[in-house]
Order: sequence, then structure tokens, then C-alpha cells
Amino acid sequence: MQTQFKRVALLVLVAALSALLAACGGGQPSSQPSEGGELTGSILIDGSSTVFPISEAVAEEFRLEYPNVRVSVGISGTGGGFKKFCNGEIDITDASRPIKDVEEEICAQNGIEFVELPVAFDGLTVVVNPENDWATCMTVEDLKTIWEPAAQGTITKWNQVRPEWPDAPLSLYGPGTDSGTFDYFTSAIVGEEGASRGDYTASEDDNVLVQGVSNDKYALGYFGFAYYAENQDKLKAVAIDGGNGCVLPSKETINNGTYQPLSRPVFIYVRKDALDRPEVEAFVNFYLENAGALATEVGYVALPDRAYELAKERVAKRITGSVFSGGSQVGVSIEELLKIEE
Amino acid sequence: MSLRDIAFEHQLARRHLKGRIFQVLAFAAICVGLVMLALLFFDVLRDGLGRLSWQFLTSFPSRRPERAGILSPLVGSVLMVTLMGVFAFPVGVGAAIYLEEYAPKNWLTDLIQINVANLAGVPSIIYGLLGLEIFARWLANYTGGRSLLTGSLTMALLILPIVIVSAREAIRAVPNDIRLAALALGATKWQMVRSHVLPYAMPGILTGMILAVSRAIGETAPLITIGALTYVAFLPDSLKSQFTVLPIQIFNWVSRPQAGFHVNAAAGIIVLLAILLSLNALAIYLRHRFEQRLKR
Repeated sequence: MQTQFKRVALLVLVAALSALLAACGGGQPSSQPSEGGELTGSILIDGSSTVFPISEAVAEEFRLEYPNVRVSVGISGTGGGFKKFCNGEIDITDASRPIKDVEEEICAQNGIEFVELPVAFDGLTVVVNPENDWATCMTVEDLKTIWEPAAQGTITKWNQVRPEWPDAPLSLYGPGTDSGTFDYFTSAIVGEEGASRGDYTASEDDNVLVQGVSNDKYALGYFGFAYYAENQDKLKAVAIDGGNGCVLPSKETINNGTYQPLSRPVFIYVRKDALDRPEVEAFVNFYLENAGALATEVGYVALPDRAYELAKERVAKRITGSVFSGGSQVGVSIEELLKIEE
Repeated sequence: MSLRDIAFEHQLARRHLKGRIFQVLAFAAICVGLVMLALLFFDVLRDGLGRLSWQFLTSFPSRRPERAGILSPLVGSVLMVTLMGVFAFPVGVGAAIYLEEYAPKNWLTDLIQINVANLAGVPSIIYGLLGLEIFARWLANYTGGRSLLTGSLTMALLILPIVIVSAREAIRAVPNDIRLAALALGATKWQMVRSHVLPYAMPGILTGMILAVSRAIGETAPLITIGALTYVAFLPDSLKSQFTVLPIQIFNWVSRPQAGFHVNAAAGIIVLLAILLSLNALAIYLRHRFEQRLKR
């Protein structure tokens, strides 16, 4: 009995030691000199799940050039990201909307100054089932009729939106209220951020929405352009009439600002004091040089080249503060964006 | 045959019938579980088996689904669970020994016991919030913030009630004769616990421990709360290093628009299932070994 217990104790001890050793000595930092290898340190990024694929792609490419800089990217939502950012816990936060006034105040209280950088466009896409042959183009008014809070329980059929549309049930799909996409859609369409009817199928997982709309002839839903682009065989995009005729979402119409009002810029926010660390400055510049190509690759739309140049200038001059603040802004065209920045 | 016997025979048939019906119902109940499991397993295997390869196991995550792998989450999961076990095992078993062998039987002990049992049912995200405040924020200087150490300490808290409850059950199942025999021969209480109670209870304690580990390895919510990351293209080099785990990576892949990532998610699930099943196999093996030894 004695020896048995000793063996158990030994077993536990060995397990403990090996765990510690594995944890402590697991990955010795490789000190092979390589291009850009002189930079070391770690960069912490967190925030929006919408911007995550872009930051992930940039981090992946950055690692090839600067193997000794450890970049990690988390997902805690735009709001969660700003909370950590203004608390000084991370260096860069991904944001699918500009910083809000309340968040800016918290940052200021904690002495965190930031540089705001737009990195790509995302176009919200209104989709219907491929068998839907009536709703090819909708005005902002049509969408407002469907989605405003007053529609709850009353607008339940297609012909209530336009009389010529079928007398068939209208089933709605959209993101949940925690999403930046929801914030932007409601402010662009209904006119008030967060104002939406509640009786629709909501999911934080956009693939669930894709499934829902593709299996339901009378469905209508909205989500980010990337999810439509990957599922064009199962879904049909609705052209949006924002006052200047019907425009279908595409890389061109989002990039040149004609797809209105449902295209929005997405951002990264960088701490000013973190920029003084050479690895962070190198990373941010690398981000702006490659964001266009990489954003396109992961399903977003690049900003015009001039916008990235202006953003790099902001980094070089350490221009702090937000020019987009005040919550989601609707219909920010690239011209307006540039005007603000110059 | 008398009248009474006929009535009896008649009832016997009905009773047999009732017995059969119950048997069929019980069989149907187990079938529901097994069929669902088999369907799920088949679906995942069909989607992900083709993607499993050495490249998949040894690559870091990537924006291109075909280049992406699960090295960092795999290593992160294994390290985190090992460390968690190292923290939770001594504390959990120690607490169980105290409660069963030393604690006086009074209202305070009862209160503690009820609370430990209740803690086992608290949703895991609550432990995440606790870990975020205590380990990631208050003790940031010692744990390194959102680090491997923070993650494993939080998970250790999460499984502690389960470990304590199962270890107590195992210790309680040790026949009292064994304790009395040891004490009668002049053993001290510690000698009695160490050389008699613990070896006898060890198979049960280990089973509980492995079940707790199996639960922890699939947990996502508390780790997302404390800030385990999604894209990590390096392996942890210290306890204070950032890390990610399999469920977080799988969740991220499932929610991506590109179909290639969904295949990766299925392959990731197979890896997670393989780890889970081998942990369970290890538990069965260890239990068997200890039981064999006791018989000798």
C-alpha cells in the first residue's frame, strides 16, 4: 500500500514537472537572423469579428517578414475591444464602427490617446431567396417599412410593403443586437441606431442566416458582403435605391461609393504610445500597405490607394482623435472620408 | 387447474407484457442518444476526415483554409489542460480528504458541502468573469494578464467542485473497516489516510478527475471571457504567454463565410474528439490498473 501511494505521488509529480517544463521551455525563441528579424516583442490586437479576417491576414503576412514579433488577434466585438483598448490592455483594436463618444471619454480618463485608421470597406447586403423574382430593387423607404420597430407584428406579408408584391408571409433574418452590423443597418435604414423590430430570426452566426434565407422562398435578410460573395449560388442580392437609382452591391460600387447607404468603412485604432515601439509602428505601416490586397482576398473591399497614403501620414504625424466619432455614420463615401482626412 | 391459477396465469402474461414494454422503452431511450451521437460523428467524419493531415496538425492558423492548421490551439489546449490538472488535483483531493476524514460534522461543514455541490452546477461563464477580474486584472503582474497561467487557473476553479465532489464520493466508498483496522494497529490518522484510504479511493478519484478534464477541454465561454485569443501564430514560451485553444479556433472557423474553413472546423472537431476519447481511454486504463493492484 505504501509503495502504491508513493508511485501515485510520483506520477502526479512527474506530470506536474513535465507540464511546467513544457510550458517554460516549449518554444525557445528562435534567434536565427533573418530579414526584419531584428524586431522583437509582441503586439496585442482584439475587437470586432468583422475586421478579424483582415487583421488575421495581415498578421499572417507580417510574421513571414518579422518572425520574432508575436502578433495575436482576439475577437471580443467592437464594443468589447474598445473596453479593453481604453483600459490599456491591448495595443490595437479592430472596430466595425467608429469609436463612440462615451468610449472616447473613458479612453481620455485613462490617458489613452489613439490614432484612428480606416482599413477597408464592408458593404451590408440585403439578400433574398434565388426564387424570389419580385424584390430585385428596394428603396431605403421599403426597407424602413419592413424593419422599423413599428413594423413589429403588423408588417407580416410582402404585399404590405408594396401592393404589387405577392400576398405571402415575409420571413426576416438578421444579426443579433450585439453586432456592429446591426448597429449600422438600423442607423442607416431606420434612422436611429439600435431601433429595429424584434420579431425576426436573429443569429450572431451569419452562416445560420445564409442557411435560413437560402431555404425559404419568402425570406429576406441582411449581413456583411463577404457572406453574400461566398454564397452567390444560394442567395440573391437586392439592389438598393438610396435616392440615385438601383445599385447592386459589388466590389466596384462599394469602392466608388455609389452603393449607398449600406457601405461602411471599418477601422483599426492604435494606441499612440504603442506606436513608439518600433515593432508596432512597423506592423501598422505594414497593415496599411497590404490592407487593400488582403482585405479583397478575405471578402472585403479595398479603400482607394489615396486613403491608405493619407492613413500612413496620420501614423507618421501621430494625429490622434476620431474624425468619425459619434457612433455609426451613414453613407460615408470615400470622397467625404478623404475630405475629412486632408 | 383451479380457477385461481387461471386468473394468476392471466395476470402473469400482463405482467410479462409490462416488463417487455419497459424493456423496449429503455432500449429506445439509449438508442436516441446513440443514434444522435453516431449521426453527429458520421457527419463530422465525412466533412473533415479528408482534411486531416500532418500539415493540418503542424501548421499555424491562416487566412487560406487549405494552408491553415491547428498547431497553436492544439498545443494551447494540451498545455492548459495539463496545468489545470496540476492546480486542481492536489487542491481538490485535499479538500475532499479534509471534508471526509477530518472535518467535524456540524452545520458549517454541511453548509460548505452544500455549496460545493451547488458550485458544480454554476454556468461556466461565471467562472470566466471571476477569472477575468481576479487573475487577468488584479493579479496581472503575476499572471501576465490574458495568459496561459490565467486560463489554466480559471479552468482549475471551474473543475474544482467536480473534482471535490467525485473525490469525496470515492473516499466515502472506502469501507470503514479498513480505517478501523489501520487505527487499531496504531496508525496515525495521516498514515491511515495515506496508506489505506487514498489507494483504495484512487480509481474513483482519477475517474472523476478525467471526467472533469474532459469537460474542461471542450469549454469555450470562460476562456473567451478571460481573453484567450483567436489568431495565435506562435507556441507559448512561458506561463505568461498568450494562447488559444481548440474550441475557440473551431468556433471561429465555423463562423467564417468560406466553405473551406467549415471543412477545417470539421477536421478540428475530429482532433478534439480524438483527444477526448483518448483521455477517457486513459481514465479507464488507470482505473483498471489501480483496481488490479488492490486485488493483489
